[in-house]
Amino acid sequence: MKVDRRSFLGLGIGAVAGIAVSPVGAKLTDDFSIWTQNWPWTPVPPDGEISYDRSVCNLCPGTCGITVRKIDGRPVKIEGLDTYPVNDGGVCLHGIAGLQYLYDPSRVKTPLKKVNQRFVPISWDEALAMVTGRLKQLQEDQNPEALACITGSGQGSVPGLFNHFMAAFGSPNCLTMPDLESWLVLTATTLHGPKQTLGFDIDHSDHILSFGAGLIDGWGSPVACIQAVAGRKQREATLVQIEPRLSNTAAGADRWIPINPGTEADLAMGMCGFLLKENLFDPVFAQGFKGGFMRFTAMVQKEYPLDKVAAVTGVSAADIQKTATAFAKAKMPVALPGKGRGEGAQSLKEFAAVHTLNCLTGNINKKGGAFVKPLPDYLSFPDPVLDDVAQKGAAAEPLAASAQALVARIDQSDQSPVEVLFVYNANPCFALNDPSRVAAAFEKIPFKVCVSPFMDETAMASDVILPVSTFLEQMEDVPSRGGLAASVVGLARPMVKPVFDTRSPGDVVIAVAGSLGGGVAQSFPWKNYEDCLKQVAGKIWNPLTRKGHVIVSGRPPAGSVETDFGFLAENPDTLKPAGDQEFTLIPIDNFRVPPTVPAPSPFAIKTVSDRILKGTDMFVEINPQSANHLKDGGFATLTTPAGSVRVRVHFNDGIMPGVIGMVKGLGHTLNNRYVSGKGVNINALISPTIEPGSGMDAAYGIRAGISKA
Amino acid sequence: MIHDKKAHKYGMVIDLDKCTGCGTCAVSCMSENNVPFKEDESDKKDSITWMRVYRLTNGRPFPDTEVVYMPRPCQHCGGKGDHGHSPCVSVCPATATDYGYDTGIVSQIYTRCFGCRYCMAACPYHARYFNWWDPVWPEGMEKYLSPNVSPRMRGVVEKCSFCYHRYQLAREKAYVNGSGEVPEEDYQTACTTACPAGAIVFGDLNNPSHKVHQIVKPDPHPDPLNPDVVGKSRNPRVFRLLERLGTNPKVYYMSEREWVRKMGDHYLDGEWDKVKNVYGSASHE
Repeated sequence: MKVDRRSFLGLGIGAVAGIAVSPVGAKLTDDFSIWTQNWPWTPVPPDGEISYDRSVCNLCPGTCGITVRKIDGRPVKIEGLDTYPVNDGGVCLHGIAGLQYLYDPSRVKTPLKKVNQRFVPISWDEALAMVTGRLKQLQEDQNPEALACITGSGQGSVPGLFNHFMAAFGSPNCLTMPDLESWLVLTATTLHGPKQTLGFDIDHSDHILSFGAGLIDGWGSPVACIQAVAGRKQREATLVQIEPRLSNTAAGADRWIPINPGTEADLAMGMCGFLLKENLFDPVFAQGFKGGFMRFTAMVQKEYPLDKVAAVTGVSAADIQKTATAFAKAKMPVALPGKGRGEGAQSLKEFAAVHTLNCLTGNINKKGGAFVKPLPDYLSFPDPVLDDVAQKGAAAEPLAASAQALVARIDQSDQSPVEVLFVYNANPCFALNDPSRVAAAFEKIPFKVCVSPFMDETAMASDVILPVSTFLEQMEDVPSRGGLAASVVGLARPMVKPVFDTRSPGDVVIAVAGSLGGGVAQSFPWKNYEDCLKQVAGKIWNPLTRKGHVIVSGRPPAGSVETDFGFLAENPDTLKPAGDQEFTLIPIDNFRVPPTVPAPSPFAIKTVSDRILKGTDMFVEINPQSANHLKDGGFATLTTPAGSVRVRVHFNDGIMPGVIGMVKGLGHTLNNRYVSGKGVNINALISPTIEPGSGMDAAYGIRAGISKA
Repeated sequence: MIHDKKAHKYGMVIDLDKCTGCGTCAVSCMSENNVPFKEDESDKKDSITWMRVYRLTNGRPFPDTEVVYMPRPCQHCGGKGDHGHSPCVSVCPATATDYGYDTGIVSQIYTRCFGCRYCMAACPYHARYFNWWDPVWPEGMEKYLSPNVSPRMRGVVEKCSFCYHRYQLAREKAYVNGSGEVPEEDYQTACTTACPAGAIVFGDLNNPSHKVHQIVKPDPHPDPLNPDVVGKSRNPRVFRLLERLGTNPKVYYMSEREWVRKMGDHYLDGEWDKVKNVYGSASHE
């Protein structure tokens, strides 16, 4: 066939027309676009009806009200609950990330026992039988005091059940991890008598003098504190921040006064001396002073003259005068103790000295001041039924005054005085100072039971793990704590059915007690935890279930307050950081990194700055003025009496020369690759120092050396 | 189907003096918008954070150092003269990102995006992120994903949407109510509602009854010094990032500290002193 011009054009036009009209092209394009947009591995979240449910967050002492958005009953988002008396709609990153904890890779999915250093899944019956077997053995040996228990917080009905169990079993060795609340209770007990705690009306104060309290770095009830600080400008309140490093709180304060680390107590004592000397204290309130007020006055004026205090603290005498005067002359001043978050190693001397400033101004139990309030007593447990063995055990001398002291005692003894240890909602193997010694002490305890939702460092060191539900899967009363002015009890309710084979910790205690029989079982007359809560919280149960929370005390507590100066009048020593090297290493409390339980969520770790964590490397902060030959971003070796680690250096002009800062709460070794193996646990670099007056660890920081690696 | 015919201009103002740097806005955003996470998120160049919190310092030595935190969502630029030619929209060959003239929101359609990343190069605020990998959630964790925002796949760009799905829900609600207009409190982004310090204020910059309008007081006239700039704030404490580029962001920042405001743009020697007291057009004062 001859192809002439005519047929060529005809064919050409025909082909073009054919292609244009044919559906093949369109079909191919369509198929192509569908094919390239097929991502079957990308999840398509199922849609459904939206509903909102309310509960209370129990991740930290903040106790914020939360609302949970659900799609067909599946929680998808946590937000702050409007009008909740603690947080009024506010929320923090850890609360929002709460859903991640539900499905956290490190969750314990079923009871486990350790066999040849490996965990083997077992049934709940077997696990509980193992625990009761051990406890029965202690009873038979007439040695119930060899049972010890460490819980995270001391308040609420679940820690209450653990306490009740220990009392009924006959052991005085029930301890809590040192959090802000425990220091506040200790301070209130020392200065004002037992069964009391302190709250601070930061919301209304017009002059906040903070001795390192990280008001926007996670101190106390974090969201409430952030809100109080945010509203400060409007009500023209002053915030003066005293600490060695320009924390976020210091950066947002009206005035930042750098101070040599660990000398806050001396500064507060010096201020007390100055106020007493200048007659700048409230004579009316001082009528309630007893127990050595005169001795205290004489002592602070003799031992803490301004020039001496200035030399120790690094704050000039003129600054001390100015700060103390402004504080005393303010209408509603409040002084806040508790460095950083106020948890972990602090010092009773410091808490007492700072709170004495509150006492001197007389702004106690008044608007905008410090509240000396009774511990919440909305729970009424029945009296435990004690048999002879339990009675003998209960009368025994407690082994230690704090978890750190208990661990040290076990570590130093050949045979552990503790034979069975319960740990609930605490991670001592990570959070106490010198965790390698804690682990060594754990090795010596024959039987450790960890009651925890997560396979954390302490769970890994235990013999039996009883997996419990997270705060989103169970009911629990959540009392506010950590320096809040108001006392609020919230009710956390299950937002979702337990994801794994977990139980409520209250049910675990009740089950163990029931199977022990005898007096212990009689002391636990409840079917289950819900039944128990209904009865022990009977006083407030109806409003609690109806409203979701109850304000136990909102207004300043009434009645006169007596103040006992006996403890401070003896002028207890200020503990100095151990060691003799050039620098002082201090822990930094960073809002985005929770320091204890639970470990950070993947979202929280994601927000951590690349000047804190880079890959798995940890940064330490140092002032360029004292960095000598170190390079910004370079590697260095950090050495303290407790250990040595490789770190990277971050130059920060906002830290005092001579001080090295390291963020606390990193360096986990638990089974969660998003969180573990990142950075260094600063606790491993600090050896504990027990403060004689409190029996608690008061080693805030340690001397350290740093050199180019 | 837009029942509300008014042209809105959604925007926010962030009070840097109130911002505590806590990171709650960032996590609220991740949780709301199904943003994934990976084992190592410390390389911030490939860490997807629609809302990122930067740390600024005044660079002065101890003890005069000051620190401020600056949260940075997508700035939802209106482009030169505020005509909708945002830097990213102008360069997208796939129309995967577009300017909503009814809302002022710059959208991102993941399934249209083919990953050329021109928009990332064009964005002066580093607000856009590329999915170098498919998102992977640990076993079971995909149960918390929200159906309102589709999870993204490898090879596409994503960014802050001003929680557009919340706008859609609010608009539907307004339609059902018959009011037609979306009330201020019904459409708030996840970062705004989460901020414990109340540092973020969000709303319609065109609506004088909205708080954001009252704080920002946007100037409806072009800046006499630079006609590309529209909506400059008449509040002396309020500024925008790289304002003189004429990108016309709808995210405003506020600070009482001069050094912070000066950090909002690059100034040559002496330049800052000339412009620091110019707030909006003189014609309107």
